Formats: sequence, structure tokens, C-alpha cells
Amino acid sequence: MSLKIIVLAKQVPDTRNVGPDAMTPEGTVNRAALPAVFNPEDLNALEQALRLKDANPGSTITMLTMGLPKAAEVLKEGIYRGADEGILISDRPLGGADTLATSYTLAQAIKKVGDYDIILCGRQAIDGDTAQVGPQVAEKLGLTQITYTEEIISLDKEAKKIVARRHIDGGVETVEGPLPIVVTVNGSAAPCRVRNVKRVWANKNREFTTWGAADIEADPAQIGKAGSPTNVKAVKSIVFKAKENKTLTSSDADVESLIVELMESNTIG
Amino acid sequence: MNNVFVYCELEGNKVADVSLELCTKGRKLANQLGVQLEAVLVGTGLDGVEKQVIPFGVDRVHIFDAEGLFPYTSLPHTSAVVNLFKEEKPQICLLGATVIGRDLGPRVSSALHSGLTADCTQLEIGSFDMKVKDAEGNMVDKHYEDQLYQIRPAFGGSIIATIVNPEHRPQMATVRDGVMKKEILDENYKGEVVKHDVAKYIPTTDYVVKVLDRHVEKAKHNLKGAPIIVAGGYGVGGPEGFNLLFDLAKELHAEVGASRAAVDAGWIDHDRQIGQTGTTVRPKVYIACGISGAIQHVAGMKDSGIIISINSDPQAPINQIADYIINGTIEEVVPKLIKYYKKNSK
Repeated sequence: MSLKIIVLAKQVPDTRNVGPDAMTPEGTVNRAALPAVFNPEDLNALEQALRLKDANPGSTITMLTMGLPKAAEVLKEGIYRGADEGILISDRPLGGADTLATSYTLAQAIKKVGDYDIILCGRQAIDGDTAQVGPQVAEKLGLTQITYTEEIISLDKEAKKIVARRHIDGGVETVEGPLPIVVTVNGSAAPCRVRNVKRVWANKNREFTTWGAADIEADPAQIGKAGSPTNVKAVKSIVFKAKENKTLTSSDADVESLIVELMESNTIG
Repeated sequence: MNNVFVYCELEGNKVADVSLELCTKGRKLANQLGVQLEAVLVGTGLDGVEKQVIPFGVDRVHIFDAEGLFPYTSLPHTSAVVNLFKEEKPQICLLGATVIGRDLGPRVSSALHSGLTADCTQLEIGSFDMKVKDAEGNMVDKHYEDQLYQIRPAFGGSIIATIVNPEHRPQMATVRDGVMKKEILDENYKGEVVKHDVAKYIPTTDYVVKVLDRHVEKAKHNLKGAPIIVAGGYGVGGPEGFNLLFDLAKELHAEVGASRAAVDAGWIDHDRQIGQTGTTVRPKVYIACGISGAIQHVAGMKDSGIIISINSDPQAPINQIADYIINGTIEEVVPKLIKYYKKNSK
């Protein structure tokens, strides 16, 4: 039976490789030094969606992303790997959103898409590591959720049931939930398949529909900065307080003297 | 009303350490604000569970005890907390930044339209002025008294951000296991126990997710309690480099930890990660091997007794907080540490 699958994806600065040039001399983040990438766990989510599509011929995957116009790059990447549709949600009043305003915006867009059996997204995005948007979208849509998912084991559209294995603290759990549902996918899930060359050729010049705040009938009080309860009061870059220290070389004499010093003070041994 | 609340996580009928740590922190915040500390426990078979939390200075314990509430599932726990909060109107709610806390917290914040900050490393009370729009749309300064400062490293650990949610309640924050210190306030502390009528708070339609199978294993290691930790970063160079660290750890009866860079590179298990998004540790000795010292890592180990940094880069930021710095590569230095430890411990 064919499924209607929605995948939420985010374009993020690659904070995994923060180098010495990641900060400007003024102490602000140098975004230009950080390449924009497909949020890694959203790729794990896309793979779970593609597996559902493989197992249920005729299924369609619609990707949604919210961000600057450049964020459409992740939609194209998703199409190259097997997604069917992509919609960019981009509008000036949507800027400055915290996780709550973001999840409201995404939930409004999902309502506009309308027909869906399952919504998949990464557990969290690497630019904030909050893991909040998935559960908040679920709450806004009145759906339950399976977070930290490692594998969707089965999905039965007729019985409206999904079984998934998820990571929990210190172990794993297998749960059964109803459809429709929001599933957030963990980085320990299967990695995403690579681009399909034919799809790359066929979609190189693909353009994507853009929805603004009015298109998704967003309440202006719930989007962007106005819809965000959290405020960043202060940001500071870190200056380590240097403490007095002893610098040694890697010579045998230096290493042995350190070991002896630590052993004599009963610090080790 | 307007008290500080801690959602206490349960494994069976045992309260998680992280929740007790948050009770200690919550007690301090409540004292500063001149309000009470309350705890929420949701589970099955919870007779006497309040004895585990009250000694941490909890004035009131809310218990939701019914079949189907353990193991945790999202909707019933959300309803219990949301409906309780609608009555109690807490000003602050703290949760563990655990799988459960990060599943529950966002739903509660969404339902109550309140701000939530993940993985805080410090929580403080403070007052400030902020520009807000008045009725005519002009920007004016507004003074906010006694707000919760939610402080966390951000952006891959390159900055520290202070987050506030002045206009919405509760102010919610999650904190990782081990970040705050757990301290019994008074073994004989007097707290009130409120056993709630579960059906009044949780509709039967919430019980939609079934846990079919569950394995919780004792952790394979004890990073949090280890007196000595040998930790590796990107400078270790690969999984082979970590074998050296395991050899050293074995000699010193230490545990092996890692920075996020080493974990992301796939050289070592995720559960050995130390830092803001991993485990926070306070060992007697911390040996940092090839770790540059991003804030997100330092946040999880800066309170170690003695810090030894082994790094081929003399400018590595971690050297600033180290007590001993050895300029050299891991392949060169670690075998020598093993050799001279063996030699001198005989």
C-alpha cells in the first residue's frame, strides 16, 4: 500500500569542523568559514523514508525545509537521493525563530501538505543540538512520536501501526505506535544512500515551490522572533583563564619525572 | 504557586541520579527566589518513592502512579506534567537532558508555549533590562527581575550563550547527567506528598504507544565515577591510537573517554563522549591526549583535579587549563608513560 511520507530537513553550518577561523576577531561566529551542509541526522531520516518507499511501491516522499533561499540545496540533494517533491519555506518574517516558532511554522506547512502517514526528521540538528523541533511539531499536530529511532521495523498502513527500534539511555527499546506519527531518527541509524546519477541529470535545474508565512496561514504572533519565547540575552566567546602550569617535552627524562612526581604525591598508582 | 519544579525520571521505582542533581540545583534556585521546590514523579508501583527525593530539599512531591506509566511513553507523561502545570503555574521547570527529558520537555513547552533551553551547563538567577515593543510599537527598556539565566555552549562550542524567556512561564531547561552536583540537604527534611488521581490528568486515549521489548544494560564503563580518565581527541589519529589509550588506562586503572571529534570520526563509542553533549566528569586526574579543547568538551571536564595535556600543538586551547603540558605526539608520549609507570610502580 502506498504511503505519503514527509521528511523535514535543515541546512546547517558544519559545526563539526570548527577551525581556528570560525570566530571573527570581534568574537562573533564567522559563518562564511563554515560550509552549509545537509543536517547529518536528517539524512538518516531520509534513508528510513526511502526504505519505506522501497517496501511500499507508489509511495511519495515530500521534503520540507525552512530557511534562507539557499536552503533549497538540501531539497535538491534529497531529490537526487530519491525524494519526490521538495518545498522551501522561506520568508523574512520567519527569521529569528527559536525551536517553538520553527515547529509552529513547520506544522502549518505540514497541514498545508495535508495528506500524510508519517513525518520523519533527524533527532537533532548539529547547529543547536536541541532535539526539540521533532517533538514540538508532533505536539502541534496532535500526534504522538517515536524519538531516537534507529530502525523502522515494520509499518502497516491498513492496521495503522508502526513498529520501531529506538535508542534509550543505556539500552534499546522496541515500540509500537499508531499512524500518523512523527519519527525522529538517530545518527546510529543506517546512513543515507548516495545520489542516483540519473536523478541528478534529470533534476539538475529543478526549481522548488516556496511558501511564505501567508501561504501557510501562519499567525504572525507565533512565527519568527515574535513567536519565540526564548531570547539570547548575551553571547560571549570563551577566554580560558590560564593557570600556572608545567610544560614538559616528550623526552624520556621529562616523562619519567612527571610519572615519579604524580606517584610520589599519590595522585596516581 | 510559581514554584520551582523538577520532573524526576524513574527506572522502575528508582529515581535517576540526574533528577536528584536537579533537585539540589532546584533547591538553591528556590532559595534565591524565596519559593518552594516541588518534584513530579510519573510511573508504576511508586509506594514510598518520595523518600528518595525529599531529603534533597523537596517541599512537595506530586505522584502519578498507575499501570501503563512505566516504561515512559510520550503522551501520558506529557499530559500529567502539562495538566499539573496548568494548575500549579511553575516559574521554573528542570528536566534531565536524557532521552526521556528530551522527548518530554519539547512537548510540554509546545503545549504551554513556553521557552525551553537544552543542555544547560549553568543555571543562575538574575535581573536585566531588555528592549521590548510597547503598545504603540516603540522600542522601550523593560526591567525583568529574578529571571532564570539558562547558560550553555552553542555553535559547536565556540561561544557561551545566556538564554532567557522573560515573557513566558515556566522557564524550562534540560541539564545533562553529572553537570550539577547531587547533595542531600537534610535526611529528615519534611515534604508533603500529593498522590494525584491519574485518570483526571491523563486521558485513556494517551496510551497509544506500546513498549514491546526493552533492554537496559548496566553501563560498560563508569566514566562518571572514575578517579582517573585517559581521554582522546582528534589528535589521537584513529582507532589504533585509542588502543594505546586503552593500554595506558589499563595500567592506571583508569577509564577511557573521548572528545566529540573522535566520536564523530567513528574511532570510539558514542557513550564515551565527554563534554556538554556527552558525560560531565570530575576525576582526580584527567589525561587529555590530542584534544584541542573546544568549549563543549571543556564544559564537561574543567573541574577535574589535575589536568595533563599531551598535544603536539603547543597552542592547543586546552593547554590553558592544564596543570601539566607535554609537547609531543600520542604515539611517542603514551608508550613512555606506560613504560615509566610500570618501571616505577614495581
